[in-house]
Amino acid sequence: MTFPENLKYTKDHEWVKIEGNRATVGITEFAQGELGDIVYVEIETEGETLKHEEVFGTVEAVKTVSDLFMPLSGKITEVNPGLQSNPESVNKDPYGSGWMIKVEMSNAAEANNLLSAADYKTLVGH
Amino acid sequence: METTTELKSTALSQKHISLGAKMVPFAGYNMPVSYTGLNDEHTTVRNGVGVFDVSHMGEFVLKGDKALDLIQRVTSNDASKLADGKVQYSCMPNDIGGIVDDLLVYRYKADEYYLVVNASNIEKDWNWIQKYNVHGVDMKNISDATSLLAVQGPKALATLQKLTDVNLSAMEYYSFAVGKFAGFDEIIISNTGYTGAGGFEIYFPNAIADKIWDAIFEAGKEFGIKPIGLGARDTLRLEMGFCLYGSDIDDTTSPLEAGLGWITKFTKEFTNSKVLLEQKEKGVTKKLVGFEMLERGIPRHDYEIADAAGAVIGRVTSGTQSPSLNIAIGMGYVKTEFAKADTEIFIKIRDKAIKAKVVKMPFLKK
Repeated sequence: MTFPENLKYTKDHEWVKIEGNRATVGITEFAQGELGDIVYVEIETEGETLKHEEVFGTVEAVKTVSDLFMPLSGKITEVNPGLQSNPESVNKDPYGSGWMIKVEMSNAAEANNLLSAADYKTLVGH
Repeated sequence: METTTELKSTALSQKHISLGAKMVPFAGYNMPVSYTGLNDEHTTVRNGVGVFDVSHMGEFVLKGDKALDLIQRVTSNDASKLADGKVQYSCMPNDIGGIVDDLLVYRYKADEYYLVVNASNIEKDWNWIQKYNVHGVDMKNISDATSLLAVQGPKALATLQKLTDVNLSAMEYYSFAVGKFAGFDEIIISNTGYTGAGGFEIYFPNAIADKIWDAIFEAGKEFGIKPIGLGARDTLRLEMGFCLYGSDIDDTTSPLEAGLGWITKFTKEFTNSKVLLEQKEKGVTKKLVGFEMLERGIPRHDYEIADAAGAVIGRVTSGTQSPSLNIAIGMGYVKTEFAKADTEIFIKIRDKAIKAKVVKMPFLKK
């Protein structure tokens, strides 16, 4: 299992890549493994401004459904258009083509509360 | 939440862990939920052959002149119709209109039977049957000493035939044989399963579990045999519309409401048979139906079912994305007037009402 060092993580099993004021968000390799085969990703919050921990979408897997939580407050500027036709990319490439949203952060200081790769690795027991 | 230390293991738990299975607590056991992934495992069973460790299931042996009477008293199907070597699907109604458990009844001999029950209900079932055992039928709970592998799929027969002299292709569905298997005597080979993919279930003592497992995997190698977890077991049974105790049927659902009228035979008296007969004559007020989603959404246990006006008419009991059909399917109880095939219903998924229609089961037609 991989935990890329350049990413930040949340206890809700999301990863965040921060570039200046913008953040790209997806779910971790651990999370996709727990969910199993993903059938579709439903994100209907593009353009909305949501607070940290608010639900921005859901992931439906064959066996289960899971909410997606905002790792940081901000405006959702983009939803990965590839997920519509290729939801399985979340299983196959969670840190790459399986990314979910891009966020324009409204409070960059919140990033300090995110977990490092090492902390997240400990959290999931690896 | 259960902790791992309280969980029971099957004789094959270490095998599953070493194969990289994802283990989860299920009915008090540490069980494999998946190995290579649910869709892959599901497809393996539909097209090839897969092996499920379902040793958590319970097995009781009932012996004696009055064994049949006791079985007739506690189960709804007519066990007097069984011949030696035959199996029957049945259920045990309770006395308040619901179901204690669903089970398989195996007839060894006129005075010896095997009952196979759900893992989560072993103790409840045992106590329930004991309550009615007034004529001293000899009952043994061999659950903890017995392993059970379900070998399922179109290549199951060719796989298992290599390991036994019992002529498997001559065995009828819902019959069993006791014979030599993988070099061991007195193994039960049963033409049954919970997948609709064909195949057999093999019962044997825990002590030889590793050897039986290895022999089956060696025999099935040429067919691409794989271990299958409980996740795919659930999607496979759901495509066939088979009930799962605890989800689709329970202590509060009547066998008639659950579509189990075909195993509820009023040819004899059994627990609550008078009330059930009355229910049959009057008609039930709700029915378990199968439905397909017409719009995007996956039904899950306990979601509400509504009519076009938004009034709640029932509840989902099981649901999944069907790996074989590639559509979302589910089962649930609805008011009888909504139970006809093609009736439009709505499943409340989070804050939305998603369109679905009632369909005849099985979902997967042969």
